Amino acid sequence: MNPAGEPGRYAGMGTVYPETEGMVLRETEAEEIRQRLETISREIRKDVVRMIGLAGSGHPGGSLSCVEILACLYFYKMRHRPEEPGWPLRDRFVLSKGHAAPALYAALAWCGYFDRDELWSLRRLGSMLQGHPDRLRTPGVEISTGSLGQGLSAACGMAIGLRLDKLPCRVYALIGDGESQEGGIWEAAMLAAHQGLDNLTAILDNNGLQIDGQCCEVVDLGDLPAKWRSFGWEVQEVDGHDVLDICRALDRAEEASGPSMIIAHTVKGKGVSFMENNVDFHGKAPTREEMERALQELEGA
Amino acid sequence: MAGWELRHTRDGYADALLELGERDPRIVVLDADLAKSTQTEKFKLRFPERFVDCGVAEQNLMAAAAGLAATGKIVFASTFAIFATGRAYDQVRNTIAYSNLDVKICASHGGITVGEDGSSHQALEDIALMRAVPRMKVVVPADYYEAREAVKTVAYLEGPAYVRLGRPKAPVLFGDDYRFRFGKAHLMRSGKDVTVIACGYLVHKALEAAEELAGEGIEAEVLNLHTIKPLDRQGILESVSRTGRVVTCEEHTVIGGLGGAVAELLAEEMPLPMRMVGVRDSFGVSGEAEELVEHFGLSARHIAEAARALCDLAP
Repeated sequence: MNPAGEPGRYAGMGTVYPETEGMVLRETEAEEIRQRLETISREIRKDVVRMIGLAGSGHPGGSLSCVEILACLYFYKMRHRPEEPGWPLRDRFVLSKGHAAPALYAALAWCGYFDRDELWSLRRLGSMLQGHPDRLRTPGVEISTGSLGQGLSAACGMAIGLRLDKLPCRVYALIGDGESQEGGIWEAAMLAAHQGLDNLTAILDNNGLQIDGQCCEVVDLGDLPAKWRSFGWEVQEVDGHDVLDICRALDRAEEASGPSMIIAHTVKGKGVSFMENNVDFHGKAPTREEMERALQELEGA
Repeated sequence: MAGWELRHTRDGYADALLELGERDPRIVVLDADLAKSTQTEKFKLRFPERFVDCGVAEQNLMAAAAGLAATGKIVFASTFAIFATGRAYDQVRNTIAYSNLDVKICASHGGITVGEDGSSHQALEDIALMRAVPRMKVVVPADYYEAREAVKTVAYLEGPAYVRLGRPKAPVLFGDDYRFRFGKAHLMRSGKDVTVIACGYLVHKALEAAEELAGEGIEAEVLNLHTIKPLDRQGILESVSRTGRVVTCEEHTVIGGLGGAVAELLAEEMPLPMRMVGVRDSFGVSGEAEELVEHFGLSARHIAEAARALCDLAP
């Protein structure tokens, strides 16, 4: 499973991210970075399928759609120290769409926040990996989420707090499109713009599906780029499965004069043929047979 | 109300914030367009960089407060009690308390004494809501000094806390040297016949009731239960084991508040005759604060009646 042949550390992923201190993409290194981020994405994806398959419950669709985003954050953009989760100068990440926890847990495990063997205890009694993120149980989780529409507000609070302390840290928040039906998202959007939070980047996992069907059929979100722009955010749109596209957007977001939104166009269930764009896999675990089939597909990818 | 010096509990909060802000740079205050009412405006004027007005967006206020606390700040989040605990309940439960963050929710305009604004602004369920949230501490100060000292104390208790403040001026019961003992019922008057347990604006009503009862030969013990969670089990049991009777008083529904907390304790540990003075499963109405206290049966007269009825029961 582990390209390094040993559990835990990300070290086996190469030397591009020696201190996970964050970086800016140099075009001469682009191809190497792309390969590494795609490799780690494939590993995270396999972990997500296996975790949810073994747990027998969970949210594969929205976990698989945000894999590249998480890989680019944790293995490219963010400055963080897995061996020192409380490092004061770390960048912060908030998984506002908390049901994608399996993808976050896999990324954290590959970073080395905890042993990868923990992944297979997801959702079990006594596990450090709850169904939705719990900051008190899981190293690397900055704030507990799960009830939608609250993480972006919390990220605003973090950005204000870090700015008060004049720390150079950035805050990243990943929100969902279905989640954007929550009013709290737009309360936070207003506050972030009003406060001029140029240390805040939000990424929207725009996979187009929610539990009851297509977002545009449940309650249409309308023109999301226009909405975010009108709320005072700088907006970029990317292919949410193109790691270099994401990396470049994350780099550019740092130049924004206020809060920055990256709308990532993604595919729900990405990477597993029978889960892609299949709303049934929003909150349903694969059977054991489906899990094996999905892992075979991902191995061959 | 004759004979009492009157001061706002929310002024005690504001003065505590100034003192805290002066000596501790970690103190940050958030409000939701009610700074003039909650009195956080005093902090805002003194420490503008550490004050954030979130606008009319209480849910965002609470979740943002959690995020700020996650960066090591001690965050005071203020709005009216009805919005802090009702409108933003989910944020308080899931983002603040579940994360065990240092957010101190100091809400003004708790209870029926909000008065003329009427039911939509009268929080009668806030204590019940906050008491049910794991890790949440619940404090209801009775006067200016208790509010001031309670706020300074909860600032340095680990994790979330809810402090309920009032709208009207409340009788001053304590002095500048008042020492707030978090989690300890405060004995206001000793007696052997009945224990009257009150909080907030009804503490002085309980004292007045005890005075009235004394004239009839009934000696009421009055406890000011400023900390409703964690409950001072030992202090309450010690008192009621001597008196054998208990009356609870609160400007809150009798469901799940101070009375509920005491009833839960006594039902398990020491069942004995009890009466609850509080709002009886009803919404509030518009009126003057003292009129409403009378209307909803929360006055000294009503407390005395409840105590008398218990004392008339065969021992």
